[in-house]
Amino acid sequence: MAKITVDGLSYEVNPDNNLLQECLSQGLDLPYFCWHPCMGSVGACRQCAVKTYRDAEDKNGTLVMACMTPASDGAIVSIEDEQASAFRAGVIESLMTSHPHDCPVCEEGGECHLQDMTQMSGHNYRRYDKLKVTHRNQDLGPFLNHEMNRCITCYRCVRFYDDYAGGTDLAAQASHHHTYFGRFEDGTLESEFSGNLAEVCPTGVFTDKPFSEHYTRKWDLQVAPSVCTGCAVGCNTTPGERYGSLRRVVNRYNSEINGYFLCDRGRFGAHYVNTDNRLRSAKDAAGMTLSTEEAEEKLAAVCAQGAIGIGSPRASVEANFALRCLVGEDNYYSGESAQNHEALQWLLSCLEDEAFSCPTIKEMEGADAVLVLGEDVTNTAPRVALALRQSVRSEATRLAAKARIPSWQDAAVRELAQEAQSPLALFSTGATRLDDVASTTLNADPASLLAAAKAVDVRLAGGSPDYDALIPEASSGASKGETMQAVESVCAALIAAQEPLIVCGSHAGVELMRVAASIARTLSALKSAPCALALLPAEDNSVGHAMLVRPQNTLAAALTKLSDGAASAVIIIENDLTRRAPSAAVTAALQAAEQVVVVDHLNTATTRAATLALPSTSFNEYESSRVNYEGRAQLSFQVSQYPSGTKPVEHWLGVDGALHSASLIARCSAEAAGFASLPKILPDALTRVAGLKVPRQSHRYSGRTAMNANVAVNEGKQAVDENSVMAFSMEGALLQQDASVLASPWAPRWSSNQSITKFQAEVGGELKQEQKGVHLLTRSVQSAVVEPDSHVVSGATDPATKGELGVHFVQQIFGSDELSAHSPAIRERLCDAYVALSPPQAASLGATTGDRLVISGTTTELSLVVRTQTPDTVAMIYPGTSAAGESINALDLPHRITLTRAPDQEAGAASLGLAALIVGDAVFSHARAAEE
Amino acid sequence: MSAHAEQRPLTKNIDLKRGPLALKEYEAAGGYAGPRAIAAGLQPNEVLERIKESGLKGRGGAGFPTGLKWSFVPQGPDSEQQKYLVVNADEMEPGTFKDRLLMEGDPHLLIEGMIIAAYTIQASRAFIFLRGEYLLAEKRLAQAIAEARAAGHLGENVFGTGFAFDIVLHTSAGRYICGEETALLNALEGKRANPRAKPPFPQVSGLWGKPTIVNNVETLCNLPGIIANGVEWYQSLGSGGDFGTKLFGVSGRVKTPGCWELPFGVSIREVIEGYGGGMQEGYRLKAFLPGGGSTDFLTPDHLDTPLTYGAIGELGSRLATGTMILLDDQTCPVGMIGNLMKFFAHESCGFCTPCRDGLPWVDAIFRDLEEGKGAHKDIAILQDHVGYLGPGKTFCALAPGATAPLGSGLKLFADEFETHANSGCPYH
Repeated sequence: MAKITVDGLSYEVNPDNNLLQECLSQGLDLPYFCWHPCMGSVGACRQCAVKTYRDAEDKNGTLVMACMTPASDGAIVSIEDEQASAFRAGVIESLMTSHPHDCPVCEEGGECHLQDMTQMSGHNYRRYDKLKVTHRNQDLGPFLNHEMNRCITCYRCVRFYDDYAGGTDLAAQASHHHTYFGRFEDGTLESEFSGNLAEVCPTGVFTDKPFSEHYTRKWDLQVAPSVCTGCAVGCNTTPGERYGSLRRVVNRYNSEINGYFLCDRGRFGAHYVNTDNRLRSAKDAAGMTLSTEEAEEKLAAVCAQGAIGIGSPRASVEANFALRCLVGEDNYYSGESAQNHEALQWLLSCLEDEAFSCPTIKEMEGADAVLVLGEDVTNTAPRVALALRQSVRSEATRLAAKARIPSWQDAAVRELAQEAQSPLALFSTGATRLDDVASTTLNADPASLLAAAKAVDVRLAGGSPDYDALIPEASSGASKGETMQAVESVCAALIAAQEPLIVCGSHAGVELMRVAASIARTLSALKSAPCALALLPAEDNSVGHAMLVRPQNTLAAALTKLSDGAASAVIIIENDLTRRAPSAAVTAALQAAEQVVVVDHLNTATTRAATLALPSTSFNEYESSRVNYEGRAQLSFQVSQYPSGTKPVEHWLGVDGALHSASLIARCSAEAAGFASLPKILPDALTRVAGLKVPRQSHRYSGRTAMNANVAVNEGKQAVDENSVMAFSMEGALLQQDASVLASPWAPRWSSNQSITKFQAEVGGELKQEQKGVHLLTRSVQSAVVEPDSHVVSGATDPATKGELGVHFVQQIFGSDELSAHSPAIRERLCDAYVALSPPQAASLGATTGDRLVISGTTTELSLVVRTQTPDTVAMIYPGTSAAGESINALDLPHRITLTRAPDQEAGAASLGLAALIVGDAVFSHARAAEE
Repeated sequence: MSAHAEQRPLTKNIDLKRGPLALKEYEAAGGYAGPRAIAAGLQPNEVLERIKESGLKGRGGAGFPTGLKWSFVPQGPDSEQQKYLVVNADEMEPGTFKDRLLMEGDPHLLIEGMIIAAYTIQASRAFIFLRGEYLLAEKRLAQAIAEARAAGHLGENVFGTGFAFDIVLHTSAGRYICGEETALLNALEGKRANPRAKPPFPQVSGLWGKPTIVNNVETLCNLPGIIANGVEWYQSLGSGGDFGTKLFGVSGRVKTPGCWELPFGVSIREVIEGYGGGMQEGYRLKAFLPGGGSTDFLTPDHLDTPLTYGAIGELGSRLATGTMILLDDQTCPVGMIGNLMKFFAHESCGFCTPCRDGLPWVDAIFRDLEEGKGAHKDIAILQDHVGYLGPGKTFCALAPGATAPLGSGLKLFADEFETHANSGCPYH
């Protein structure tokens, strides 16, 4: 700790930080633009100028940039100094010379950092009367608007997009006051994290395009803290609602998980809740609409008859638990695919195993050697990919410390370290979007990957000297020599590391997850400390659902019970079974069942097969909890009132206590194993300020008395929310008094998202009243070591069968997630179902990227994508919807296939449906060329 | 002509009537004595001490002691072994053409200086960052480098010393900001030519993050003489606290504009009236920038000042590159300053706010003043910018350099600015 004096007052600060960060941490107001807590200082904007004084005798002082000056012990600083204040106002005056002053029509207005800083600087009179510089804007795709005239050239966009997120298609171009931030030509921004530009940009250059289409000012949005449903990471978000529709999702700061950034699936994927694909009323078998009362009667009759229940990884803990209560634990079945179910059982045992620790996203960023086995995290848990991209900078941090360059000197650290990176090893079947920062990539068929991973384990354990015997002579990807080299370099990196991290996931298959755990266990023993092991499940509540299901109650068992007639009725919640099991098994079961009740908020193949379909609420319409990959339960608050006719699953199911979330959570904690600490996620009602609830509407919310005047001119009574500490109101506890439920930060003089610093104990650190959720599982046991069985690994092929390819499924960030794929902006980024083949395989079929191929023996058509890193014996298939509109159930496809060119197509006729595809080995350029 | 011309260690081989000396001729004239002294056993720390003692200051403009700069390069077994020498040959300062003379006139002198510098800091590789428009210099340097390499003066075993050293000639794509040493490094790495923050200084983390010395062409050309003739000889040249000789230049309406090697301490009058031949008939000297486009105006009252860093500094200006730009009584001072402002505004890299957005405003005001569209408030705005763009406020020295002619000009030509604000430029 160091002591500094700012304007005569003394503060205890961290000398490892810069003055700006420390002033903000102390709650002082000091304007800035280019500095960012995650991206450090570069000294570009000159906005944070302060005076520093040599000693008490020094009356003149020196003007310095606070962001570029260490907060060293004894520093005497003045923010209020006249010269410093005048300079800061001058900087605003400069920045504003070409700014269009179009705040009234700018999406950023009202939450604009430039507005805030302008007011804070005191600059309020325009002297500049010369010509303004104007720019041409670009079409950057479905996610972001581009309005370059508003730019103040702070360089934050390129520093985030290129330096932080690894993007390559956004750059600072031209120079002097013509500096331009854009792509080399119009086109969709390629980075999976592009949406963050809307939050990183301090003004309205990059704004949320789907939001613009039904724009509302920040202060008019009804908001509540929420949790993203896009994947198993559980990033914290703030959805905003107006007039009953979801308008946008923005990042909600969480010091351990997402920090300041979301992925584009999370930011733009939630708009499915507004679409016509919602199930909005109860329907019977004939598709006739039922009143709520009729529907409830029918449901009661089914329950009386006795039904089994099928849960869902995309339904909340409460919904799943209510179903379990209703049908009984014996009759409550997994809604997961067989592969995922098995993977989750293993994942749960690892979460309880004291040999490992499960890293937060923040901890992943600090790893100094990472091995990713099989899981394409950019497409399955994108926020993890962004964190791993930061982890390779651990080496830069180390070098900078050695050279005595403070870690916040961002440009200096990068210039010093150049290409020096901490090791990141990627074992995957095809290329990934992290390959550019990987120190080792091994692309091979799944069986060979498994063998290589085992070899890593054996080599680390130091036991068997002939570990190389594990590696097959003939792999269809890397040669044996290359594989051995990869194994060697991975082992060396993991052994040398202080904070090694092993990442795997259910998409990689349970066998690889077992090896991942085994490697982590070996490392734990080597280092006498639990090794970080991140096993990533597929969906937002995969873990919560799996914790409630008995291991033997698989989906297959449920389907068999129905088709055998052992059960005649089934209640399925928020689950489309055709995504979980082969179509034939699902159809047989649902046809055999007398009663099929489906509660869901979307129309799916399964709701269409229901004898009774009941509309439930989407994630933003009811308070509920989910359990992420770490076993961390998080509460997601209700943002909007639910549409009439719909009800939360737990309300439909009507079990005791279900009408009140807290009661249901209490019951769950008492009855369900592993959920004992669940009630801790509820905000403590007793600590609320004078018993006040937390308003969902800002104190500037407008139109309250008039917004529904088209329906009725009298001012309706405000909805009462007995279920939550939050209220559908403008009135209640002020954020400044209690921010334990913090949806949308705001502070006097700070209207933008930058106001989050006012709620942090120190900038970039924990929130003063952070609700981090609760880790449900405690580590105590050593789980049984299960030897992986390589024979069951899909994609293993018999080389004797000519032309036969092992099927390996790949994921796409836009498309593989069921819910977000319905979001209109995401739909524009969907690609056709495709099969990726190596260039020789494609050549042997006489086909090129864009051609349609048929899986022999089926009518399933897939578009061909030639990917250079694909092993020769593997067909990497992205299921989804084919160019012809057929929706492909991956589980219907055999493990080994042969492909032929579809008849009746012109050679090389490209499908437009691949233009939105972005993968690691540069297929996009092919698709783009085809488009032109 | 004065007696100063006797000792011209920098330009003794230069004869504009013929091309530069080829390697053999250069060696016959006593060239490459420095590397030979190294081959005879002179150690890097001995060279460093000698350069420190000589009092050599950087000739790029800032006048920082060269030996001191070199001493910041971390040495020893624990230090980063890969070190670089970078020659700043991106001569773009308005009015400055001294490095061009050296490179076109005697390229081997620069190469010899580079070998000495590289040996001292133990850099195995050097880059000459050459202004792209210097086509003749490029041709002659490339030829000289090839000659030196063929003779074994460059390569794996320089002069048989066991020291490995080679030179890469890089021609710039052309921005004034590349003359800023850290922007130059970024440009050399293939990045945007934005300057870097200091600290860390290039001596610690420079080109590709390695310890790097960036020296000006003329600075390096001083080294062979110091090594060959010794510190005493070097210090006997020059007076007034600065040692050695310097290339001084004069441009503007003198009879014989040009560039001459003279010892420090020669008076301004001697250069302008002696070497420059005095003002052309019918023109009177009104003011001048003593060291290129980014120095403060001096007036005829200052003509008897000796040309040293200290003496010019005391007048509130800078010796900088030592190449004067003269303003006569029939050229509009507002137009002259406006022309410089246009240059600086255009050459701003666009990184920091005051420079990027302040200079274009200044430039726009000058255009208005020129066209009679200006107003008195504009002059106040110009005055504000002198402080706003000053040292310490911007990221690098470009904008503070621009404020030198602007600030001093506003003071010196206050009446003329008034006239412009009232009724446009009277000189048309």
